[in-house]
Amino acid sequence: MSSLSTRHLIGIKNITEADIQLIFETADNFKEVINRPIKKVPSLRDLTVANIFFESSTRTRISFELAERRLSADIVNFAAASSSVSKGETLLDTVNNILAMKVDMVVMRHPAPGACVFLSQHIPANVINAGDGTHEHPTQALLDAYSIREQLGDVANKKIAIIGDILHSRVALSNVFCLQKLGAKVRVCGPPTLIPKYYADLGVEVSHDVQETLHWCDVANVLRIQLERQDIKYFPSLREYHQFFGITKNRIEQLDKEIVIMHPGPINRGVEISSDVADAPQSIILQQVENGVAIRMAVLYLLASGK
Amino acid sequence: MTAGKELISPQRFAFTLERLCHQLIEDWGDLSNTCIIGIQPRGVQLADRLVQRLKVLTGNSDIPYGKLDITFYRDDFRMHDTPLSPHPNEMNFVVADKNVLLVDDVLYTGRTIQSALSALQHYGRPRVVELVALVDRRFNRHLPIQADYVGITVDAMDEAYVKVHWQEIHGKDEILLFDKKI
Repeated sequence: MSSLSTRHLIGIKNITEADIQLIFETADNFKEVINRPIKKVPSLRDLTVANIFFESSTRTRISFELAERRLSADIVNFAAASSSVSKGETLLDTVNNILAMKVDMVVMRHPAPGACVFLSQHIPANVINAGDGTHEHPTQALLDAYSIREQLGDVANKKIAIIGDILHSRVALSNVFCLQKLGAKVRVCGPPTLIPKYYADLGVEVSHDVQETLHWCDVANVLRIQLERQDIKYFPSLREYHQFFGITKNRIEQLDKEIVIMHPGPINRGVEISSDVADAPQSIILQQVENGVAIRMAVLYLLASGK
Repeated sequence: MTAGKELISPQRFAFTLERLCHQLIEDWGDLSNTCIIGIQPRGVQLADRLVQRLKVLTGNSDIPYGKLDITFYRDDFRMHDTPLSPHPNEMNFVVADKNVLLVDDVLYTGRTIQSALSALQHYGRPRVVELVALVDRRFNRHLPIQADYVGITVDAMDEAYVKVHWQEIHGKDEILLFDKKI
């Protein structure tokens, strides 16, 4: 069996298509494991993993923690709010102190883009990026692509639309890299103020017309409006955003085909997506969450493998 | 790669499988409360053959048959250069209060069987577990594990390697002995 081309998972940009396929194949096995009556295997029983979250998270943190526990790793959890970071300690000092307690892997979320690269250059442990600012969120992109593969059989040549707040989204950037490496056609859609200009250079289509995009795509991955990052006004009001860019039952009913609806969570119901669409049968939002655990188990397993 | 030495002829290979089946029937009758579990990947070839033949011999077509992947239970995880590659795990029943026949092709250090026993715990508490091995390499056992049903016994140097070939995969049923690991 081949191994990953990297010791750290910093971003999808730095890994290969073969890496992604290897993660998917391994995740298939872990998906079987997490559907057993006893959902635990002893693979990582001699490893300690630190989950270091400098930014709030529910899904990702729980998903990583479950993945680690199901591989029998020992876990330390660390949330910045209740730590010495608030006393002025630097990132490197914080992490080195944790490593001095013999930690083998670090899962980190940080508001600064590039924080994980910086960390990986300075510590011996494997680093997994659980989201660094507006840069990348590789495990989310992997589980999104994995869910598409599960739903449609394959990702190659499928038309995937990423709709919503592209500007502030690390999920969007990682998704673009991941889907392109797997051969999908990718389009981003949203108000012009929320799509950075450089996206056109990434080889993705850019659209500002939601209805036309829904007609075009096989899968619509709807992103959250990141209310906490709206430092200036990018659109007049949430209500107006919902009217022009929200995915509603009415828009879905106008299509002549059934498309798959995804959302990485957390959902702002009634803003980027209406409740009836989020809960519709074609929505795979909760499958995404389940697959997240399997994908993260695969990533942890593969990074911990080998000498 | 040097060619392996053929340890038994295809004809004797067939006799050996037939004998194993009859031994199992002698001990477990029509296998009504007994399940067969092949260890992935190579034990499954042997288990496939045994199950197929046992169904004919006993007339019991409902012998529970599982394929157990032990990759995540191995104790040499992270001692290899590359990740261990998992195989599909197909266990659609619990083994609680059943007689379990674990099936593998070659019994050598015993570590695979140890991992299989820990993996098996996740499917309930079996009444009894017995081991079927086509080849028993008597020397260099690392653990106190013995087979209950043995096809052939092979005495070979530690660095030697025994490989079982199957008609379905390799085009011929044979057991080969190589000078060193290939």
